[in-house]
Amino acid sequence: MQPVLEIKNLRKSFGAELVIDDLSLTVPVHTATVLIGASGSGKSTLLRCINLLESIDDGIIKIDGVEISDPEIDPDEVRRKLGMIFQSFNLFPHLTVRENIALSPIKVHHKTKEEAFEISNQLLKRFDLLDKAEQYPDRLSGGQQQRVAIIRSLAVNPRLLLLDEVTSALDPVLVNEVLSIVRDLKSDGMTMVLATHEMGFATQVADQVCYLESGTIIERGTPNEVIGNPSNPKTKDFIKRVHQAGRL
Amino acid sequence: MARKSSWSPSSRELERRATKARISKRQISIAAISSIIVIGALLIATITSPGWEVVKKTFFDVDYGKEVLPTVIKGLWLNLKLTVIGSICIGIIALSLAILRTTKSAALTPFRFLAAAYTDIFRGVPLLLVILLVGFGVPALQLRAITSNVTILGSIAVILTYSAYVSEVIRSGILSIHPSQKAAARSLGLSSAQTMRFVVLPQALRRVIPPLLNDFVSLLKDTGLVSILGVIDAIRAAQINSSRTFNYTPYVVAAILFLLITIPLTRYTDKAIRGTYSRQNAEGTI
Ligand SMILES: Nc1ncnc2c1ncn2[C@@H]1O[C@H](COP(=O)(O)OP(=O)(O)OP(=O)(O)O)[C@@H](O)[C@H]1O
Ligand SMILES: [Mg+2]
Repeated sequence: MQPVLEIKNLRKSFGAELVIDDLSLTVPVHTATVLIGASGSGKSTLLRCINLLESIDDGIIKIDGVEISDPEIDPDEVRRKLGMIFQSFNLFPHLTVRENIALSPIKVHHKTKEEAFEISNQLLKRFDLLDKAEQYPDRLSGGQQQRVAIIRSLAVNPRLLLLDEVTSALDPVLVNEVLSIVRDLKSDGMTMVLATHEMGFATQVADQVCYLESGTIIERGTPNEVIGNPSNPKTKDFIKRVHQAGRL
Repeated sequence: MARKSSWSPSSRELERRATKARISKRQISIAAISSIIVIGALLIATITSPGWEVVKKTFFDVDYGKEVLPTVIKGLWLNLKLTVIGSICIGIIALSLAILRTTKSAALTPFRFLAAAYTDIFRGVPLLLVILLVGFGVPALQLRAITSNVTILGSIAVILTYSAYVSEVIRSGILSIHPSQKAAARSLGLSSAQTMRFVVLPQALRRVIPPLLNDFVSLLKDTGLVSILGVIDAIRAAQINSSRTFNYTPYVVAAILFLLITIPLTRYTDKAIRGTYSRQNAEGTI
């Protein structure tokens, strides 16, 4: 079957700094790919490139077989198919939780307000947040905010969900709140690419784990291979350091 | 999830509440007493000063004040009209300029340049000069199509200058919105125009309401400058009256009328702003 996401020989630099270096990656439908790697290894940049938030220097990115790195393509059209949740919270502070979720369905997907609110309510109910619908994001806990951000991306039925360290700003209990949502999505068959430092979580949800260093994938495989029993010395070293830091 | 429980305050909490009430009562009485002392002292100092009788006659002549009130109000009505019409025009022009200067669209590059030049020029030239140049300069061109009505020309001058100020205020508001907000909106598929309209502008404008209110109050006062072209506004009306009688009460009347408008306006807006802030921000007790 055609993969949802296909990246070939991607290259991206900021000025003189090469951040993504000849990176290739294939993400089949209904699978979760987890990107691990030290801080600064290029995980966020890769996700931002897929979402066309950054221009790339070379290579090809395809979504459902369509090359989105083609300059003729409308980036808004591409982003409509993708959902992205960021490292820090990106809810809109001037809109209530429900309005945050309904914004894109109304403005981009031309739903009526009633339809959009109905979608929002269903999602909020499913993820146990319905009582927060009228609140502004600032009044929510970090974990709740991040769950709303995920719900907001789901409201438009994305083909592919990009999650950038959605738990990095949260304490361990809140981390579990968010991770359980991600696990639910995974069992619903959502296709996802996640960047994370939570190895335990990566082991649980990943079909494929990629270890990034200096913008290239040095090792890839199942969680058991890459995290459990890495073969590349650099990966081994990274996993060892993660162990020492007590994050596994 | 919030839970309801059958809670009744502990005896320590009740004590605490009683203490808080006592403290706040004490603070209110301290505030009241100190205000009475200070204001009373100021009043007594003024009234017992040697020049008070003269000042009272020339600045606070109640009967004369009543007599000139209608003409000053009539003048003030013009200030108000100019302010309302002016702020609508200024709002539209300034918003367009601010958006123009913060977009990246390639097609708009020349307009971005023009907008920057415009704001630089009109922020740098004193308003009075702009009024004189437009008010006397434009009619001198003797162009048929352009009005020589000084009220209109004067207002145009005010609008030109204030649009430059206000556009810079709005622009700084737009730039203060964190880029991640834009990234989030674009990721949801919103176009750049939709992102501006539904995500950036609502937050930016809310942030700049206090400085914009300042500009609005200044505008109300600065509309008085068009009187230099011979337009009769509140200040000019007061001036005509006092130069006739050598009594300055009309100025005081005009000042009080301005205050009657500006003070409630600022108070009301302050309250409105605080309302939205407290709903959207979790500040705690600080
Ligand atoms: N807009 C930018 N301009 C210049 N350099 C950038 C920019 N964004 C990222 N970089 C650089 O690119 C490199 C990779 O950054 P990136 O954010 O992708 O790392 P990361 O793997 O997500 O790290 P972390 O785990 O800390 O989030 C870093 O060295 C960073 O300094
Ligand atoms: Mg990152």
